[in-house]
Amino acid sequence: MAQPRSLFEKIWDRHSITTNEAGQSLLFIDRHFCHELSFHAFNMLHDNNRTVRHPERTFAIPDHYTPTTGLDDSDYVDTDTKALVQNLISNAELNKLNLFGLGDERRGIIHVVGPEQGITQPGTIIVCGDSHTSTHGALGALAFGIGASDVSHVLATQTLWQPKPKSMRVTVTGKRPTGVTAKDVILTIIGHIGAAGGTGHVIEYVGPAIQELSVDQRLTVCNMSIEAGARAGMIAPDDTTYNYLRGRPFAPQGDNWERAEEYWRSLPTDEDATFDREETLDAASIEPMVTWGTSPEDVLPIGGAIPDPAQETDPKRQDALNRKMDYMGLIPGQPILDIKVDRVFIGSCTNSRIEDLRDAASILNGRTARIPAIIVPGSGLIRAQAEQEGLDKIFESAGVEWRPAAGCSMCIGVNGDFVKNEERCASTSNRNFEGRQGRGARTHLVSPAMAAAAAVTGHFTDVRKMEKN
Amino acid sequence: MEPFTCFTAVAVPMDQDNIDTDQILPARHLMMPRDERYGGYVFKDLRLDRDGNEIDTFILNQEGFRPSRIIVAAHNFGCGSSREGAVFTLVDAGFRAIIATSFGDIFYNNSFNNGLLPVALPEEIVQLLRQQLHQGDGAEVTVDLEAQTVTGPDRSVYPFEIDAHRRNRLLKGLDAVGYTLQYEDDITRFERRYSEDAPWELSAVQQ
Repeated sequence: MAQPRSLFEKIWDRHSITTNEAGQSLLFIDRHFCHELSFHAFNMLHDNNRTVRHPERTFAIPDHYTPTTGLDDSDYVDTDTKALVQNLISNAELNKLNLFGLGDERRGIIHVVGPEQGITQPGTIIVCGDSHTSTHGALGALAFGIGASDVSHVLATQTLWQPKPKSMRVTVTGKRPTGVTAKDVILTIIGHIGAAGGTGHVIEYVGPAIQELSVDQRLTVCNMSIEAGARAGMIAPDDTTYNYLRGRPFAPQGDNWERAEEYWRSLPTDEDATFDREETLDAASIEPMVTWGTSPEDVLPIGGAIPDPAQETDPKRQDALNRKMDYMGLIPGQPILDIKVDRVFIGSCTNSRIEDLRDAASILNGRTARIPAIIVPGSGLIRAQAEQEGLDKIFESAGVEWRPAAGCSMCIGVNGDFVKNEERCASTSNRNFEGRQGRGARTHLVSPAMAAAAAVTGHFTDVRKMEKN
Repeated sequence: MEPFTCFTAVAVPMDQDNIDTDQILPARHLMMPRDERYGGYVFKDLRLDRDGNEIDTFILNQEGFRPSRIIVAAHNFGCGSSREGAVFTLVDAGFRAIIATSFGDIFYNNSFNNGLLPVALPEEIVQLLRQQLHQGDGAEVTVDLEAQTVTGPDRSVYPFEIDAHRRNRLLKGLDAVGYTLQYEDDITRFERRYSEDAPWELSAVQQ
């Protein structure tokens, strides 16, 4: 009998063209996404007089620098960002790539659009010059972020050399309590294994609490794999996956679908396959989570209190804690529930899908935001869907700003949407690094419902104690 | 790409864990073309305040460490985003090697594409190196890629592991695409077989 293999190993083996003397595999890349910051890679390609080997396998979608208030010239924060967006469009046209350009309703955040369009499929290898490419693993793909030189390599050869990563299986048993979301699950996992816990590994998430997640929720989990240090996170394809994909524009149709599904059904990890590392968590013990520091591993349940550096015996850890406390403007021992929030951001490749918006709306409905809050849809199609469901009306009557144009927005703060110095933001994004949302910005990562609750009360609030409307 | 064989320089200890790529190069500087010098932006928000004045407590602003061209960091250096600008800015600022207990995977990969050598060593050695560097200004460290060793300020020698392919590319300063194109026949053969095996795979893409 053939050796039992994991989902990851099956995809790896199928895409390995050859191996070199150092044991690295030359992997074939099925799909490549590029955005405005891929300009370095296009320059490298053109400077070396090289061409794109498979233009049909690359999708260009501007998302980082596009404004969210609209797409007129006056919406751009400056002419440089507009030029960068135009540069991507020119490169896409010059190289005959698939392009979801500015007027295209399908345009949005790459990691939202890929799955939404059915470009992301089980068993594929997907790369992009963006670390949150791990998102696509939610559909059973092997997907990881790469730097500009590697992007250029993929454009020229449709391949990448990679040493085989180690494998980790994270099992989430039990059932999520009401009010606990996929975001809380992944924040808990990161808190548990640490920001470097997954370094050098590909994570497969398994267990009943993972299986019962919708695709939108699975995308949130896999999205933040990189915040645990793992380059890729994956969830085995199942009926939830196939029901999601069927009929999407870039998914196979007719006979092709039948053959594809037959292959996809062979992908899940074999029963006796082994992993380099195993971790297990019980979903029933997970609570709504809030990050308090400057690494995603600095995370606590909503009922928790800020750690006290004075109680830390290791001087290096004490220094680090003091630094975080200082940057975040927090008081040792302060209950998270007492932390006042200045601003709310709901959006990003982590939490800007229709289910995220519905979650936020269920809290905002019939209530009023006390602090400035913006909601940015993940794609033009999600915007249309949300408006069809009347979510925009709920947001507007709550006094929350509903932005018409999709994009990365305040997660990375390079399009003009940023958090001011020393301002405290409850954010549904993925990174609470120093300066991530703007210089001096104080980011707390939370779920969409928790962000909405903070908008309503002006401080962190246990969403389990608020009635959903 | 500048080849890397053996390099000796003043080294700076950076004690913080999880120095992410946003610390190394803030996102607002990602738009610069590569032919602009990135060096002035390295650790920008750790190094300079809002008015552009040096922050005294930041170690690279301290006299003895200004000439540093090697960093001895802690855990998970370069975690976070995939921005190769984080490597551009270190290289342009003159850094040729980073020693740490672990690195962000993407940063680690990007380093080899720019002649920057990331060296992973066990925690007790990295800690000891940082301790020794903190003691005296201007202490030097040697990173020898050919011998796969690091020599500390006290002349102690520590071996390190590195993937042979990456080592070879760095030693010769090889262009990655040029290397891969030697395998073009294999790639073409693979592609033919792949499209026969999985005809559905691109069926909806080729419009």
